[in-house]
Amino acid sequence: MTLADYLSETFVRNALIAATLVAVTAGLIGPVVIMRDLAFAVHGTAELAFTGAAAGLVAADDPILGALLGSLVVATAIGFLGNRERERNSAIGVILAFGLGVGVYLLSLYRGFATAATNILFGQIFGVSPGQIALLTGIAVGVLVVMAVLYRPLLFASVDPELAAARGVPTRLVGLLFVYVLALTVTEAAQIVGTLLVLSLAITPAAAASRLSARTPVVIAVSIAFALIAADGGLLLSLIHSDVKASVFISAISFALYVLARLAARWLRPALDARRRLAAAGPQDADVRLAVQREREDP
Amino acid sequence: MGEPAVPPAPPTVRLRGAGLSYATRQLWQDVEMTVAPGEFVAVLGPNGSGKTSLVKVLLGLTELTSGSVEICGTPPKRGSHFIGYVPQQRGFDRDVPIEGVDLVRLGLDGHRWGFGLPSARRRRLVAAAVAAVGATAFAHSPVGRLSGGEQQRLRVAQALLGDPKLLLCDEALLSLDLKHQREVVELIDAQRRASNIAVLFVTHEINPILPVVDRVLYLVGTRWTIGTPAEVLTSAKLSELYQTDVQVLQVGGRIVIVGTPDSPHTEPGTGHYHHVSEDRGMLS
Repeated sequence: MTLADYLSETFVRNALIAATLVAVTAGLIGPVVIMRDLAFAVHGTAELAFTGAAAGLVAADDPILGALLGSLVVATAIGFLGNRERERNSAIGVILAFGLGVGVYLLSLYRGFATAATNILFGQIFGVSPGQIALLTGIAVGVLVVMAVLYRPLLFASVDPELAAARGVPTRLVGLLFVYVLALTVTEAAQIVGTLLVLSLAITPAAAASRLSARTPVVIAVSIAFALIAADGGLLLSLIHSDVKASVFISAISFALYVLARLAARWLRPALDARRRLAAAGPQDADVRLAVQREREDP
Repeated sequence: MGEPAVPPAPPTVRLRGAGLSYATRQLWQDVEMTVAPGEFVAVLGPNGSGKTSLVKVLLGLTELTSGSVEICGTPPKRGSHFIGYVPQQRGFDRDVPIEGVDLVRLGLDGHRWGFGLPSARRRRLVAAAVAAVGATAFAHSPVGRLSGGEQQRLRVAQALLGDPKLLLCDEALLSLDLKHQREVVELIDAQRRASNIAVLFVTHEINPILPVVDRVLYLVGTRWTIGTPAEVLTSAKLSELYQTDVQVLQVGGRIVIVGTPDSPHTEPGTGHYHHVSEDRGMLS
């Protein structure tokens, strides 16, 4: 079968829709995850999506629903256990260790196909049902709306929490809401790339984007673009090489983009810094301007 | 009684019988103080004397345990537009994805929901605030890559954006070098004169702001005193406050306080040398 043949198949189209939804939401939250130093929370909620999915499998044969409900429990636990940054990471570690143990136990109770278990860990994009697409769309729309509403206070509270609190931003509430957004997004992404590789969509594209620009809207746009290239590109490559899972290609493309961004930044940064130094010699600083002038006059 | 009575403008800050205590210890008690518009008041005192707590009270983040506080005639409340706040200089992460102007802009609308549509009026206000602090040249650089002095300039611009009546500075000079300290002080002084803004400046080091200070509020334990620097910064007054023998020395137009408990100056050697070398740095 050629790529064009594949694209006319419903299961491929569904997979592409799912990958796109996941890439947009994961790419969107990534820059804020980096600002708030929440990479470990992403990893933690992703691994705990495994526990939720295992519970969903055992109880109702529906891993996605289980993972989503589980992620809300986990977000609440993280939000309330860890107020301070240092506390937060150890709280996540504690919940993560216990949650994984529970997940392994639940999986031992499951009498279905063994592949269902590895699908949770490494992702299974091609089995997405229309009902699950509807659920993923609903979550994506919800995440987009909440992020649009939270945008300014979330940015303020992430960059300068002390000042944001003084200006009347409810920093605790904003932080808690973001943990919920993060948990839902991560759980959604776990369906595509698997719980073990979620970071390749929720962190890597944002980390790459922030090497290239410091303008927040640009970083968010580039992060979403990178996540889309990785998710949809990885999916298409796995159609051509059907013996390799999509998540392998997704994490590889994502990492390649990150390496390229770092290399590009090595070129871009010195140019930007030079422009900045030149600008600093403008009318703002008479001494520097004079010095520059003198240099020009007698070389 | 024929003319309509115009009530006199209330003082920018009024503390009446104000006291603050925590469960385990008492801070300042029965503080009586008013700060007039355009006045520059330094708040001094040893570590743990409740200087930052006073700032938090004025910001509406902490409640007094006794007495009352008013800002422009109203009780303090979180996010009040009467107040511009310059917190302790704390470096930004090198790669934090935000530019200087966007940081300044958050001072104007960072507390509002939504992402905010582009607005020419807002852009003008932000550009004016950035220009007022002389930050135009580096305003489009990533904040994480600016020097401490440049970051503090942007914070002052951010604090001035909402046309505040009171500027609260909490150790705003910490970790800046002497040149940047002087620049930030001159900047704040110029702004308060131009717009008649009252300034409450919390610091552990009086010398950088001494030339511009109108009055000093000195907090030690539950005791306090207020007055001009010449009234407060004397051996007699500070010995009374600290209830131990404290010497206030004038060295090259700068003030050195020796003998205060839990201050670095009591440590033999280091504190002293630090101070003297700093003075030389300023004179040269």
